[in-house]
Amino acid sequence: MLRYIVKRLALMIPMLFTVALLTFFLLRVIPGDIVEVKLRADGGNVSQEVIERERVRLGLDKPLVVQFGDWMKGIVTFDYGTSMWTGQPISREIGIRLGLSMQVAVMAAIVAVLIAVPLGTVSALFRDSWIDYLVRIVTIAGLAVPSFWLGMLIILGLLSLFNWSPPVTYTSFFTDPIANLSQLIWPALAVGYRYAAVVARMLRSSVLEALQEDYIRTARAKGVFERLVIVRHTLPNALLPAITVIGLELAFLMGGLVVTEQVFNLNGIGRLFVEAVTRNDFTLIQTLVMMIAVMFAVVNLIVDLLYGVLDPRVTNQ
Amino acid sequence: MTDLSAFRPSRRAVLQSGAAGMALMAAGPQAFAQETPKRGGILSFAIAAEPPTYDLHGSQTFAVMQRVAPHYSTLLRYKGGAYPEIVGDLAESWTSAPDGLTHTFKLRSGVLFHDGTPMTSADVKASYERIRNPPKGVVSSRQASLGKVGSIETPDPQTVVFKMSAVSSSFIDEVAASPWNAIYSAARLEKDPAWPIRNVMGTGPFEFVEHVAGSHWVGKRFEKYFRQGYPFLDGFRAITMSPAATVNALVGKQIQAEFRGFSPAERDRLIKGMGADAKVQEGGWLLHQDISFNPKRKPFDDPRVRRALSLAIDRWSASRSLGRISVLRDIGGVMMPGGQWAATEAELEKLPGFGKDMAANRAEAKRLLKEAGAENLKIQLLNRAIEPYITAGIYLIDQWRQIGVTVENHDAETAAWYASIGGDNFDVVMDSYTDYTDDPTTGLPKFLSAEKWPIAAPKFNDPELDDLYARQGATNDKAERRKLVRAFEARTMEQAYTVPILWWRRIVVMQDAVKGWTMSPTHMLYQDLAEVWLA
Repeated sequence: MLRYIVKRLALMIPMLFTVALLTFFLLRVIPGDIVEVKLRADGGNVSQEVIERERVRLGLDKPLVVQFGDWMKGIVTFDYGTSMWTGQPISREIGIRLGLSMQVAVMAAIVAVLIAVPLGTVSALFRDSWIDYLVRIVTIAGLAVPSFWLGMLIILGLLSLFNWSPPVTYTSFFTDPIANLSQLIWPALAVGYRYAAVVARMLRSSVLEALQEDYIRTARAKGVFERLVIVRHTLPNALLPAITVIGLELAFLMGGLVVTEQVFNLNGIGRLFVEAVTRNDFTLIQTLVMMIAVMFAVVNLIVDLLYGVLDPRVTNQ
Repeated sequence: MTDLSAFRPSRRAVLQSGAAGMALMAAGPQAFAQETPKRGGILSFAIAAEPPTYDLHGSQTFAVMQRVAPHYSTLLRYKGGAYPEIVGDLAESWTSAPDGLTHTFKLRSGVLFHDGTPMTSADVKASYERIRNPPKGVVSSRQASLGKVGSIETPDPQTVVFKMSAVSSSFIDEVAASPWNAIYSAARLEKDPAWPIRNVMGTGPFEFVEHVAGSHWVGKRFEKYFRQGYPFLDGFRAITMSPAATVNALVGKQIQAEFRGFSPAERDRLIKGMGADAKVQEGGWLLHQDISFNPKRKPFDDPRVRRALSLAIDRWSASRSLGRISVLRDIGGVMMPGGQWAATEAELEKLPGFGKDMAANRAEAKRLLKEAGAENLKIQLLNRAIEPYITAGIYLIDQWRQIGVTVENHDAETAAWYASIGGDNFDVVMDSYTDYTDDPTTGLPKFLSAEKWPIAAPKFNDPELDDLYARQGATNDKAERRKLVRAFEARTMEQAYTVPILWWRRIVVMQDAVKGWTMSPTHMLYQDLAEVWLA
């Protein structure tokens, strides 16, 4: 197992290097200059000389290969540099927002699992009954309705029913759990609903598939109680593909809640990403892309390791 | 300086919003003085963008101004509730020599910085020298505005003398009362001239507490603030929010104000959601939407083509239709409509593009295009992918279609839009311009040659325009200055390198409980919050 993990970690290096290379050079192809946006926005009358001086200060005058080399050196030594927009260390810019994004992602995942596992299973067990149709309507609606739109409905609903809207600044769970949850539960619900729909549909189809397997027929023929057939034999096998989806969605949510974060005014990684792209803040975009790439790689690895736990055959192979 | 009548709330706003709040505004500055301010409370307000710096000297965006202004003082300031009257801030009094070449400021005594050190003329000199001759690593956005200052002298700790190398008719507005020209501590600047870029410490009504990037900015009352009894608030909290979230947060009472402005649709939603709690203030805005033509590209090197495209825009109808759905509303030339330097309606109508007979305008536009050999013209419009740019672009496409011009529209993100302008990579570009004072010297650079205004979208050379600009700024004779501004305006519209389409309308909505804040035609003024209080 340890050898497997080491091998997987080693394979990440060329993958991450390719991501870094593509991100760095593609960003330089896109037209736009952060210095102009920063110094000349809203009519700032600064001379070309000042603009050039700022470019030099930010290292934008250096050859691309040198800039890439500097960045790589920083990545290896965990020095991600400073944001070209704020001048603050990137680790600080990300650190402020990462806690919030992770919490929303985890809460959404919990909401999703709590909804999806019973719904997906029940839907498969009562295939083509009214229960199945109802669950399918609910899950298809979840796929069709964008999370941000649901988020807007939630806010408008809260406003019209209670004349109240969620808090607009983040409070850590450990400082004030009530304030924290009263802000984050709503985006978690909005995102979790769509997330649940994806997982429930995947689970329904894998439960249906598992129910056709020989071992289920054997278990039933041996007279095993139906509940045990479902809980001990069907679900563990059906969960494998669902876990892949849960893992990938979780990684996506860390930086992908772009519009939902705007709607709920969440100071998360998604919003930071959009702002960085809007301003062409190269150093910040590069680091964020790398961070998300690492997250996907790690989550994938964790999912693969979980496969081994749920299905010993995978480990044996 | 502007006629205050331009900032009266609209009749519609009065009718739609809470009577209490609107009654105050309709009564104007007198009412401002009648209410007894209450001490205490924290004001929470929204700001739509993050600050790239904390340094007022090196910035021009409201994202910096609205957060940082409460921490600093300036030599002079605009008087609360009485825009555009100017009063002393750090300066107790000031005099200007009859020849306009010397301005002397007597400073208040006993003014303290937030670190407890006294403020003297040395701090004023160091701050202005930093703007005039920025040291290495420091960006000065208003270096040009001090171009006529020959020297700054400090005969004693309470006196500052600006010796001018030439007359600057806008000196008081543009230099002494500019909210951007904050006074920093000379001692801090001596140690590190770049210190204010990432640190905040002034003599303003509020001390800096914290800035959590992307989230909020907090200030608390400075107990030793030099204006006795001010500020009223215990502190403030500026929260970074998207406009969509701001509307919901105001209705849900998570914030009490937003000072930049809303669109008419957002205003209507706020009025509906907040009911009697809504205080709506509307007025002109020192912000105009423009269209610029690239004279380096054919056929836009021909003034007839540029003028024809400007002539084809029905600004009067635009005001009626766009004013309902966007902040684009007021019709004006190069100076703010309703302001003391603005053209009268009769003067405006004589300018190309402002005549009310659109059939005649369009016929003339077609004739000019034909004469220039540019019939069936196809052009590319470079636009910025934000409102109200998009709305204005759609309107222009339709207007130009009516004279046989086909438009290919490109909406670009901000960085790409700047890159295209900087690289002259456009036919026609949608643009805008704002400043904090209605003075021709600060308002007209947008229309100057590239040599005088390096960030101009169209790179042209027009010595006549530049000369008119220089002459208006060098005279203290108001009538003469007005004549020169009118000549500048006529030349601008005839040559049509950059022409205004419409001026923006500022719509500010806040909780009725927020008192003492002054509506003005710019989102850069009255943001020190010293006079703001919560009922």
